[in-house]
Amino acid sequence: MNAFVATFRRDVALMWAGGGALAPLGFFLGATMLVPLAMGPDRALLESAGPPLVWIAAALAVLATLERLFQADLEDGSLDQMMLSPAPLEALVLAKGAAMWCVIGLPLALAGAPAAIALQAPPSLVPAIVLSLALGTAAFIGVGLIGAAVTAGVKRGGVLIALIVLPFFAPPIIFGSAVAGGDEVGAALSILAGCALAALALGPIAAAAALRLQAE
Amino acid sequence: MSASGPFQDKPALRVESLTLSRGERILVRALSFDAGAGEYVEVRGGNGSGKTTLLRALAGFVKPRAGKIAVEGAEEPTLALHYVGHLNGLKGAATAYAHAQHWAGLFGASAARRDGALARVGLTAQAELPVRVLSQGQARRLALARLVLAPRPIWLLDEPAAALDARGREMLSALIEAHRADGGLVVAAVHDALGPEPSQTLTVTA
Repeated sequence: MNAFVATFRRDVALMWAGGGALAPLGFFLGATMLVPLAMGPDRALLESAGPPLVWIAAALAVLATLERLFQADLEDGSLDQMMLSPAPLEALVLAKGAAMWCVIGLPLALAGAPAAIALQAPPSLVPAIVLSLALGTAAFIGVGLIGAAVTAGVKRGGVLIALIVLPFFAPPIIFGSAVAGGDEVGAALSILAGCALAALALGPIAAAAALRLQAE
Repeated sequence: MSASGPFQDKPALRVESLTLSRGERILVRALSFDAGAGEYVEVRGGNGSGKTTLLRALAGFVKPRAGKIAVEGAEEPTLALHYVGHLNGLKGAATAYAHAQHWAGLFGASAARRDGALARVGLTAQAELPVRVLSQGQARRLALARLVLAPRPIWLLDEPAAALDARGREMLSALIEAHRADGGLVVAAVHDALGPEPSQTLTVTA
């Protein structure tokens, strides 16, 4: 448990120190604020097409941060030390994912409120959109752990990560957009929670297996 | 050397007809050796001869192509050993002290040991500096602090003296001698003798 906390704390500190926490947030806010400008003043069009766009922006913002998640640990030798810890590698991978969610996923979810309002979402729907983004980013990160681990040894593996994880980003995006669009909000939130749990349960196991192979 | 210390009779490394490869190239063929408490094993060989691969196999990172590596007297082999490789395992943005703190959590070491480890490798004055401003030698010392920080019986060191100055080498030599006196086991891949008299020398030639 100590090793989990130590890994979590270090990753949070490193992401803050490196400014890595602000880049996805800036991307997300920038992209969602530009949409109303690009789509023009037609309020009806924005109301119907706008809110789901927060999900595209959130998915791409998370995707952009995945490439260095394990690559840095592989390159500087930290991964070797993780494998010598009494804690299972799976737990340490989960700790890194949890740190990433706190530093990147949670701020994205909170930024979803101003973004949704800019995209003409009804104010009553904003809390549900924030909650759905919190669950959705957890699902993205859980799946993203696998893509990041598989491509840790690949230089400029960003495109490869996108190919691996984007198909698995589809279910959260579909149900997240349903929440943002206001259809069947309760049911869609339950399914999103299921997606997040499944991704966080399976992601660390698959990612740890991939990392053990990378260590050779 | 007669061993009597916390690790007495604990670690024993038994390697039987070990064959290692990198891709299709065989690097180590049918290597066998035994090493027990208090021993210091030097691994010698030219560049690219497989010293690093051998140490990584002993650490359990690389799967042997054939043969067996057994760590006797340890329930979980990976928890009985430390590995200091070419890569120091450091993060440029974090301070030396933050590293000590992180490793204390990662390896389950006490707070007292954490604070003593930096002093032992001569980094007290640099504790609050981020690693990116440390010199190569200082970064190496920080990596070696792991050995002191969490007591583990088997040390696998890959070119541990790389980038160390004369005092750093003396410090390393003293660390190894103290570890042997405690009944620990050290396996080091080196080009130049580190100082302590090896109890056996392995030569790898690919």
